[in-house]
Amino acid sequence: MDTILFNLIWIIPLLTVLVCVPISANHGKLLKTIHATSATFVLFLVCFLVYRVYALSGAPVDENAAPLFLRFFTNIPWISLFNAHYIVGADALNILLLALTSFIVWAGVLVSWNIKGNQKVFFALIQLLATSVYGVYMSMDLVLFFVFYEMEALCMYLMIACYGSGRRDYGGKKLTLTLAFGSSMILATLFGLYFESGINSWSIVELSKVVLPMDFQMWAFPLMFMGFAVSSSLFPFHFWSPDGHSAAPTAVSMLAAGVMMKMGAYGCLRVAMFLMPEAAKIWLPYVVALLIFNVVLGPFIALRHKDLKYITAYSSISHLGLIFLGLAALTPVGLRGASLQMISHGFLTGLFFATIGMIYERTHTRDITEMGGIMRKMPFLGVGFVLAGFAGLGLPGFSGFIAESNIFIGAFQQESTLTRIVTILAILSVTTTAVYILQTANRMLHGPLPQKYESLTDGCFREKLVIVVLAACLLFIGLCPTWISEFLDQSIAPIFDNISRVGR
Amino acid sequence: MINDVTLSYLIFILPLLSFVVNGLFLCRKSDKAAAAMGISANGIAAISAIILAVHYFTSGLAPQKAILFEHEFIPFGNFLANIGCLIDPLSIMMLVVVTFISFMVNIYSVGYMRGDRATGRFFALLSLFSFSMLGLVAATNLFQMFIFWELVGVSSYLLIGFWYHKPSAVSASKQAFILTRFADSFFLLGIVLVSYVVQSFDFATLNDLTLSSFKAETIDLGLLVVSKADALILGSVLIFTGGWGKSAMFPMHIWLPNAMEGPTPVSSIIHSATMVVAGVYLVARLFPFFAICGSTLTLIMIVGAFTMVFAAVIACTQKDIKRILAYSTLSQLGYMMFALGVCQVGQTIVTTGWTASTFHIFTHAFFKCSLFLIAGSLIHQVHTNDLDAMGGLRKKMPWTYWCTLISILAISGIPPFSGFFSKDEIILAAFQGHHYVVFGLALLTSGLTTFYMFRLFFLAFHGEPRHEGVKAGHVHEDFAMTLPIVILAIPALLSGIAGKSLFAAFFVPGKIHAPQLVKLAEASWIPFAAVAIAIIALALAWFFYASPKARIAKALDESNRSGIYKTVYHKFYFDEMYYAVVRQFVIGGVARVARFIEDYIVGTLVNFSVWFIHKLGDLVRVAQGGYLPFYLGTLIVGVLLWRFLGNLPL
Repeated sequence: MDTILFNLIWIIPLLTVLVCVPISANHGKLLKTIHATSATFVLFLVCFLVYRVYALSGAPVDENAAPLFLRFFTNIPWISLFNAHYIVGADALNILLLALTSFIVWAGVLVSWNIKGNQKVFFALIQLLATSVYGVYMSMDLVLFFVFYEMEALCMYLMIACYGSGRRDYGGKKLTLTLAFGSSMILATLFGLYFESGINSWSIVELSKVVLPMDFQMWAFPLMFMGFAVSSSLFPFHFWSPDGHSAAPTAVSMLAAGVMMKMGAYGCLRVAMFLMPEAAKIWLPYVVALLIFNVVLGPFIALRHKDLKYITAYSSISHLGLIFLGLAALTPVGLRGASLQMISHGFLTGLFFATIGMIYERTHTRDITEMGGIMRKMPFLGVGFVLAGFAGLGLPGFSGFIAESNIFIGAFQQESTLTRIVTILAILSVTTTAVYILQTANRMLHGPLPQKYESLTDGCFREKLVIVVLAACLLFIGLCPTWISEFLDQSIAPIFDNISRVGR
Repeated sequence: MINDVTLSYLIFILPLLSFVVNGLFLCRKSDKAAAAMGISANGIAAISAIILAVHYFTSGLAPQKAILFEHEFIPFGNFLANIGCLIDPLSIMMLVVVTFISFMVNIYSVGYMRGDRATGRFFALLSLFSFSMLGLVAATNLFQMFIFWELVGVSSYLLIGFWYHKPSAVSASKQAFILTRFADSFFLLGIVLVSYVVQSFDFATLNDLTLSSFKAETIDLGLLVVSKADALILGSVLIFTGGWGKSAMFPMHIWLPNAMEGPTPVSSIIHSATMVVAGVYLVARLFPFFAICGSTLTLIMIVGAFTMVFAAVIACTQKDIKRILAYSTLSQLGYMMFALGVCQVGQTIVTTGWTASTFHIFTHAFFKCSLFLIAGSLIHQVHTNDLDAMGGLRKKMPWTYWCTLISILAISGIPPFSGFFSKDEIILAAFQGHHYVVFGLALLTSGLTTFYMFRLFFLAFHGEPRHEGVKAGHVHEDFAMTLPIVILAIPALLSGIAGKSLFAAFFVPGKIHAPQLVKLAEASWIPFAAVAIAIIALALAWFFYASPKARIAKALDESNRSGIYKTVYHKFYFDEMYYAVVRQFVIGGVARVARFIEDYIVGTLVNFSVWFIHKLGDLVRVAQGGYLPFYLGTLIVGVLLWRFLGNLPL
């Protein structure tokens, strides 16, 4: 039963799109209601499944799924020509990421209620995007994984190019082409993996049992890792994200920064590091050098920007850098911190972009120097932004702190000199993060209120609901980190075991 | 049944409850209900803390440490970060001080914030502030302390910037948060480093270390490889840096006087019980750990002693009543800080300074809170912070007048007021530790303290009224605001006498793995010298600001003063220096370079690769141009080349 429900996660959004096909675009309200209901249903479904996975922890797993603790394991032959299967399964890591996605998709549907343009197509694209992201997180077969991974960049392009603002064509192209460049690197290594492993399987579970030849790993790992890192905006492949985010409509920014950019880091962990751990141990201590840009310089760049979306984009770049710091730590605490940061950053950046979108709808500008004092007119949206900011600067009580403390403590356990330098710099740069977040909040929300903003209104119920739910998620992880840490450890343990296995 | 554990839960949960209920439900509804919630929650917490303290000190448990409750928060592999409640004489004392001061400030705020738009939010944040500080003082480990340390920082940010429509308040709150956050990043690094070496966050473990067991192993700190013992010493300096910023020690002091932009009850609670004493508390809590890292204590002593003198000198010239008090807090914090530092005597340790320092935290909280509340009352009446506009308030505000006198005598160290006992012990501790320079500075500063406090006193209350409202008689004492002032005058008067034996009996920092100084220097003349200096300073203040011959208008006019006076009056231009550094170096320098790299170097490379691909496309495109003669020509050339040049198979 649970297995069927689990497979429904990616099928429901697709069905919703099909259901909506015959409905005329003139019935905007009906369409939106259907999409919102479907997104809410998936949200509850995933939350229920999180509970199920949590309740099952400790119970024996399907023997085909070992060493990963995959529940709801499904394995159906798909393309017999090259032995691709439909393999899905849920462990703590991906079920939590699925939960994150369902929250962000739900919020994305609600915040785009008044989007301009063809709403029918827009909401259909959101659902297709949701399908692909759910698919990426669920699939345990590399072909399936890659198909979903590619589908997502396409939806993203259409949504930015057709519904964006500003330089939307440029931003959309830049985003999609850069992601496609990353995908090409991944595809090349996937073929390599398939042929080098010699077991005629694309299954992540099966491949992880094979120790791949070292000379293959040595070139394939960096290629695949960087391929995935493109979508997580690791320097030097971060350049698509500020332009892409600023051109994208609110919901797309939320989905891109909230869940799509996590797919890269997830891929790095689940595919690249899990399947080629020997090379990971050699390469990752050098990869951290790239993080000096993400983590240390990123906040400084945000400090010089005036456009809210650019600021948030660079803040995302620096926060995602911390994910890679956690991954490069190669310690259980660091890997857990990286996973926590993926989830935490998804919620916080979702909240960030949601409030920015709502404020932009009212002020019609994203330039912080033109704003001021709007806290008085829209306290709810203002508080939402400040909460996201606090979570972003790693304040205890919010999820960001939990993730960052895990990453810092985990990364400090890694004894390579370079990692330690980067860790120390990363810890010290929490100040810079505080500077740009407070500067932004102060310029935008505080100070005297300009005359032109006298007539602004606070958020409506729909918008308040989005803010409350996302902020509650941030606070929930921040205040009760014990269960999520222990829950995540279940899926970190097999990955770490693989990393610490004795290779050739 | 009420037992210690229940009481301790009450102490934490009530302020938190008040924050949540006020913040979520009452803040827009009813100011009265919010105030009632704040006062009752903090009041019951204060009573619980007092009962807990009485029980702890009378049941024979003192001075042992006990952990009343502890919950797992985050497991970091083999060491845990827990949230718990540790009690020992130090934390019990702080629990009482924090809850009591918070209770008083809540009562006072009813009067002070009357008519403000967002009273509910104010009471919510006040409760959050005291909750954070309570969590900090009850911390069982460094990680918990850091969590609440940051929460204290953010609540102070929200409270200092409470009037967010005022640009000065906004920038002051930002400055306070960022400067303390800057120090906290070093604190966090220290925690990460120390916990990595020791494999624990627990104070119990840290305070029980010996360096010798860490001498053999080395640790790579990126740029240099040191032994783990040295890493611990470095860690102790980093941890102290957190306290350095939080306690606003020189040169990270500038945020504290600027934080005066917040509502006065906030200043009162920041300066007495929450926030700034956190730094001193941190060092006191980890004292055995600092004691084995000897040179750190010397650093603490130097930083503390310098701040003490530096701030006292500035306080003598200021005209803003709250700024004078702010600099006096800095100076008193300097006393507390260096008192911890003087415990290091060569290779040995003497703990009298520790006792004196914690005693001073205790007495200082009451009289400083009282002084700020008084300043708030005065400001509420004359609507300005400036001493220029005060004067002659003695007749109009008699209760306030007498309470001020008590608090000022206390801070000046005149017996039998509370400050005398604690300050005397600090000065004695410096003498016993053979730190004669610091000892001399402390005596000098106690004279300066008396001078600037009586300067404030005479200028505010004596002489002719200089404010139209006061002259016209529009001045009265508000009950809600005067009540806490009067209540606080009692401990300002008595906490010294009452606390002396308690502190002497129970307040010891615990077992220290360093040799103890056995023979202490005796000096029974020190109290007399201190009092004599204070009385001379008092007489000088009277001569300049209250005697019939005093020319007050001239004394208050700083425009025709000497250059040195002006430099002091402008606080040695530290605000300007900070501003320049942040503007020019951080935002104009590093950030600009970072953005240059991003926009021009990375951007150019990206655009170049796009251009390159375009050009490559152009080259290939020729072949697919759709121009038939070109196709035909290439075909012919190709066939000919094939025919004559290569014997290719096909």
